[in-house]
Amino acid sequence: MLTLLLILIPLVTGLITFGLNGRGAKVFSLISSFATLAVTLAAWAQFRTSPDALNFTANWIPQLNSQFNLGLDGMSLMLVLLTTISFPLIFITVLGRNYEKAGAFYGLMLLSQAGMLGVFLSYDALLFYVFWELALIPVYFLCSMWGGEKAIPVTFKFFVYTFAGSLLMLVGIIYIYFQTEGSFSWQSFTSLSLSNNEQSWLFWLFFVAFAIKMPVFPFHTWQPDAYEQSPTAVTMVLSGVMVKMGLFGVLRWLMPVLPEGVYMWQEAAILLSVIGIIYASCIAIMQSDLKRLIAYSSIAHIGLMSAAIFANNEQSLAGVQVQMFNHGINIIGLWIIIEVIEQRLGTKNMQQLGGIASVAPNLSILLVIVSLANIALPLTNGFIGEFLMFSGLFQHNVWFAAVSAVAIILAAVYMLRMLQKVLFGEANALTATTTDLKTGEMIALGCITVMIFVLGVYPKPLLELVSGTGIQNTVAALTGR
Amino acid sequence: MNALITTAVFGIVLMFVGLFVKQRQYIKYFAIAGTVLAFIANLMDAQCGFGTLHGMVEVSSFSVLFNAVAIASTALYFLLCGSAFEKVGEDVADYFALVFFILAGIMITGSYSNLLMLFLAIEIISIPQYILAGADKKNLKSNEASLKYFLMGSFTTGILLMGIALIYGATGTFDIREMGLGTGDLSPLALCGITLLGFSLAFKVSAAPFHFWTPDVYDGSPTVFTAFMATIVKAASFIAFMRLFHVSFSGGNVSSHWQVILAIITAATLIIGNLTAVFQQSVKRMLAYSSIAQAGFMLFAIVAHNEMASQGLILYAAAYSVATIGIFAILLKLNDYTFDGFNGLARRQPLVALVCTIFLLSLAGIPLTAGFFAKYFVLSAAIQQGNLLWLVIIGVLCAAVSAYYYFRVIIAMYFKQGEADATEVTPGFKALLVIAAAIVIVLGIFPNLLLQYL
Repeated sequence: MLTLLLILIPLVTGLITFGLNGRGAKVFSLISSFATLAVTLAAWAQFRTSPDALNFTANWIPQLNSQFNLGLDGMSLMLVLLTTISFPLIFITVLGRNYEKAGAFYGLMLLSQAGMLGVFLSYDALLFYVFWELALIPVYFLCSMWGGEKAIPVTFKFFVYTFAGSLLMLVGIIYIYFQTEGSFSWQSFTSLSLSNNEQSWLFWLFFVAFAIKMPVFPFHTWQPDAYEQSPTAVTMVLSGVMVKMGLFGVLRWLMPVLPEGVYMWQEAAILLSVIGIIYASCIAIMQSDLKRLIAYSSIAHIGLMSAAIFANNEQSLAGVQVQMFNHGINIIGLWIIIEVIEQRLGTKNMQQLGGIASVAPNLSILLVIVSLANIALPLTNGFIGEFLMFSGLFQHNVWFAAVSAVAIILAAVYMLRMLQKVLFGEANALTATTTDLKTGEMIALGCITVMIFVLGVYPKPLLELVSGTGIQNTVAALTGR
Repeated sequence: MNALITTAVFGIVLMFVGLFVKQRQYIKYFAIAGTVLAFIANLMDAQCGFGTLHGMVEVSSFSVLFNAVAIASTALYFLLCGSAFEKVGEDVADYFALVFFILAGIMITGSYSNLLMLFLAIEIISIPQYILAGADKKNLKSNEASLKYFLMGSFTTGILLMGIALIYGATGTFDIREMGLGTGDLSPLALCGITLLGFSLAFKVSAAPFHFWTPDVYDGSPTVFTAFMATIVKAASFIAFMRLFHVSFSGGNVSSHWQVILAIITAATLIIGNLTAVFQQSVKRMLAYSSIAQAGFMLFAIVAHNEMASQGLILYAAAYSVATIGIFAILLKLNDYTFDGFNGLARRQPLVALVCTIFLLSLAGIPLTAGFFAKYFVLSAAIQQGNLLWLVIIGVLCAAVSAYYYFRVIIAMYFKQGEADATEVTPGFKALLVIAAAIVIVLGIFPNLLLQYL
């Protein structure tokens, strides 16, 4: 029941929020997001004692034998946690902002939350697909309606890209469905043994869908524009949570279902990911727009995670899962600060900034912390995940590991360059007017900083959470061949 | 059978109603009452039991379900667009009567068991359409549409007859179940007959390369009749097409002869329909091309001849008809049929814009709308068939293209500044639109509500 509640709360409250306006919508959606967080914590508590009790099954379409089948394992619980932590943080950050048509804005935000939670919870392929699309539609409207001046064509590109990818995945799902005895359940998908030839082309149908969502080079072209043009609250959803849908899809639906396909194409996938890491890092160094810089840095980070997934050993997979959570937290922290700067100064161009450290010390300290976590310095949460990923990648292939390790240096280059341009130097006429963080922003960033340090020093809870997932079985199946 | 008689008789009744009822706005209610009667008659068909009547008409659960969908969609059409009939010309009762005659033809498409009945069904559907296309007598484009449709349509009817004659020559029977094609080798006579029948029916459903009449006819006809021609009539033609090819031409290895041809026609229809729709500036013309594109998806059901295909086609007929009728009803209320005519509609008429969005999402095949499961079933049917995967991939890529032109309307309504104003939007009209949208969403979550009757 708890898993059902996780989807129902944002769905129902989201629909109600459409009818509210202004302050009411704001407060109501904040309460709703906290309620979902509370349910998540309850689900976590139950997961520790009796995980099977969290499964929820109901008949959906008898003609197709598709079931409304929800469940939780360690990985999905972790992603659900990330989603339900992110939304309150986002809502607290934008508490001071007044969006036009607030009811629709917050309603769509909650609907997208419902869609993403559905993606992480569903154990039925058709249901997974439906939620996958459901998460996209609200985001499309959010970006187009509240985004920048170029938002409409940019978001449309994003939409068509993702839609095309997911339709290809749908073909794959239907094909596999007919190979099973007419069932969409994850269990029957994974217990199926398809021929090598089938797995080989099915791999691409799924991979393209997930690669567009992540995004992996060369499917990334929608991403910097979309991040730049979206309202920052939506960018946080996109980069913090939504890109994890792509990684999650690979881990839940690609690797266990098509292990031979993954084995056949893993080098190609890693190669694309590694190209993406270097390419995006180099472009990030050249950026003067803060949002675009973070967007490209996100491509590089996601590329590393994707490479580590396809390296496909125990360490790299554990690293990826830990990093999915930590990357989400860190990048939301970065977006919050950029949102603050953009709100106060009306610009996100680094050339016009500088000297903020002297005017807004709190903001500066927190920006430094979050940036260092993003570079994955030891004692921050980014470290453990990246370490495990590199270690795993190294075991798979030394050269891939060596090339992608350059990304750490490049990350330090662009992040420190950003810190220098934004925080230090002489304050100019514009930046001298900055005020420091307000209470809401302080709370949100404070929570993120606490998580950065706690998970940096003591990552054991996260590691324990993800170590019990079915991924290890896949690895065993592959190495035992 | 009851439904067939009721609709045919009611067509004649409506012609006389025109003589006696002088207030033209009341005629609509007679027509709506007629659809209700037809619906009840159709339910009685199901009660009386299934079977074949004199080797001509076969009442089955499939035909009853499709008739129910067609009659219900027509009722929705009358409710949403009925008042627009009065703007076309003087003879309102005649227009309604013609629609009822078409409906009588539609009642045969799902149940004929004889090639002569197929011919009758196609002709009963076509001839009133020629008249309706030219109903706006003083409009040159309407005249052009009528003449074009008539010339092309009657030419194709000739080909249809020739196909039937060849099939009769090869098999010695008109009965679609007793042809026995596929038990031995296929004679060249039968092969020619199948090909000619396939081409003529492909014309009727506006599949490429037989689609050239469609944009001109749909664009030139009075919009209110385009709404009917592009939806229920088209779905019915598909049902006739599918019934013939699945029942008569799929025994033995017969299907291998026509499957490739139809697969190529399907691919061409998808590509031409979708790519041309992208370049349209008028929403009405875009909907004409969209109807070609959607025809491409319905053709999947014919190419893949299996159980899932017939389920899919019924679902597609319902999803596509309801959504397209809804969009046409909204279009009828606007003054400007271009994309710019929709600019800013969301601000002026939020509810109408929302409902229109739901219809468009359904046509694009987004989950939680009926259009998704419609596409899902026909694609599944093709994948189940095995050797059609290339066609399916073309299909989904075209579906992604179709999102482009459907979303252009959404973008115009929500994100562009403009003064689009829908005239005469009454609360009743809004309520009907909401009901139609609710049908689209409910079928999008529980398609089995419809399919359980099959």
